Amino acid sequence: MRRYVLRRVATLVATLFFVSALVFVVIRVLPGDPALIIMGTEGSPEAVARLREALGLNRPLAVQYGDWLRRALAGDLGVSIQYDVPVSRLILSRLPLTLPLMLMAATLMLLTALPLGLYAATRHRRVGDYAAMVLSQVGIAVPSFWAGLLLILLFSVRLGWVQSGGFAGWAGGVWPGVRSLLLPAVALGFFQAAVLVRATRSSVLDVLREDYVRTARAKGVSEVRVLGKHTLRNALIPIVTVAGIQLGQLMAGSIILESVFALPGIGRLALGAITARDLPVVQGVTLFVASCIVLINFAVDLLYGVLDPRIRYE
Amino acid sequence: MSRGRPWGHRTFALGVAITASLVLTAMLSLVYTPQDPLAMSITARLRAPSAEHPFGTDQYGRDVLSRVMRGALTSIAVGVIAVGIGAAVGVLLGIASGYTRGWLDEACMRLIDALQGFPAILSALLFAAVFTPGVVISMVAIGIAFVPAFARLTRAAFLELAPREFVVAARALGARDARLVLRHILPNTLPPLIIQATTSFPVAILAEAALAYLGLGTQPPQPSWGLMLKDAQNFLSLNPWFAVFPGGAIALTVLGLNLLGDGLRDLLDPKTA
Repeated sequence: MRRYVLRRVATLVATLFFVSALVFVVIRVLPGDPALIIMGTEGSPEAVARLREALGLNRPLAVQYGDWLRRALAGDLGVSIQYDVPVSRLILSRLPLTLPLMLMAATLMLLTALPLGLYAATRHRRVGDYAAMVLSQVGIAVPSFWAGLLLILLFSVRLGWVQSGGFAGWAGGVWPGVRSLLLPAVALGFFQAAVLVRATRSSVLDVLREDYVRTARAKGVSEVRVLGKHTLRNALIPIVTVAGIQLGQLMAGSIILESVFALPGIGRLALGAITARDLPVVQGVTLFVASCIVLINFAVDLLYGVLDPRIRYE
Repeated sequence: MSRGRPWGHRTFALGVAITASLVLTAMLSLVYTPQDPLAMSITARLRAPSAEHPFGTDQYGRDVLSRVMRGALTSIAVGVIAVGIGAAVGVLLGIASGYTRGWLDEACMRLIDALQGFPAILSALLFAAVFTPGVVISMVAIGIAFVPAFARLTRAAFLELAPREFVVAARALGARDARLVLRHILPNTLPPLIIQATTSFPVAILAEAALAYLGLGTQPPQPSWGLMLKDAQNFLSLNPWFAVFPGGAIALTVLGLNLLGDGLRDLLDPKTA
């Protein structure tokens, strides 16, 4: 297992290097002169030159990249032009919203998808299976931000049960915070669950056709044990793969849902930075989110090795 | 399921019917819409559905049905071009990776892993920071998000096909690399790539709507379903219908394309059915 983990860590480091290079190329290289973008048309040539000097843009690109990467590794993502505070501090200040939103959505996704997928597989080509598949088709087709709007329309505008947006924070206790994240988490989690339902159903169905499952049933093992012990663990690899992809999608989806529900999280921070041409913030947020997604994929890779020992030796 | 007889395959037939309606609506919108999708009317703002405006009107009094029809065109255009970008770049990366092997393969694979960290929204955020947000950014950002899937499929197919007898025989007869790749291996990788393109298309449509909603994609006054939802959000209590129809159009389109993709997969690749 140690060799497997070391190999994966080496891959992770190389992948993160490419992630940082992509972000650097788009922000610093593609536009030509980032100082001109930040200052816009209203900046005088002298002011642009001063900003270029302050941002270190006069140095060779390789030197700029090396310096930026070294600082980023130490947690220094630069200083926001708009707020004049370190970008890493801005990101950290938004995490208490984005992280719980993601966790709530991921919990809802898993709690919905796994039982429903398992149920559909055990009711193969019966009413329950067809109903679950219709639900999942609808779930995949409905965009999460439209679902968010419809939830606002129903629970906020029509019924008046919850406020339509904003974040109550955690200072007043857990419930007000959870309450303000509930609708976005539902819009995000339930609809991301749809893909996972299909993956769970198809993977469990494959395992249910295996000889060892037939043997277990022939031996008189209870159906709960057949499903829990013999089937689910062996069906987990494709499920974990799709769940990992969906977790990455949740990160991207939270950017949209934060907009729908006016939540001041990481996504709104990045969108605000675009309007304000605050390149260090955009650069920092995209590097942070992309690295998180790569780390999720890395965790999934490690999980493969735990779930199926054969993978460690390939 | 009746394999080999596509029209007997219910999922496929329903998918084709919905998708054909979408394409016809988009084409029809080029020559006919009930009203001018850009014409404003100050006296007819935020109207509920009526005989004159079956889907109601928006905050500028524009006919929502006409805008939904024209929005189909935007969705299809962005979807086709984004999938095209993803497929072109992905297939090239996959060939470079799967055919050459060695350090280039390793480098390409890490690049593909890194690209997986950039969902369409994240790429669009990056590009929108340095270029003017618009439909081109939408297409490129969504296309980039599809690159890893196409690249992995192509690489896997090349790894499997390169040592096969027909390729080895062609090489022994003097075929050069370009001929081996383009004439002998690539055509055999097409079925999974076609399925991938079909399943990517609805994802592209969802992403286009999301990017337009965030203000990173299609810009006003160009009709786009995502943009319409963005406008509708401000008037939910005054005219909820305004949010229902564009969202319904997205959902129906994606449903149709997903059914088409599922059906196609069943028909082209019976092993996964």
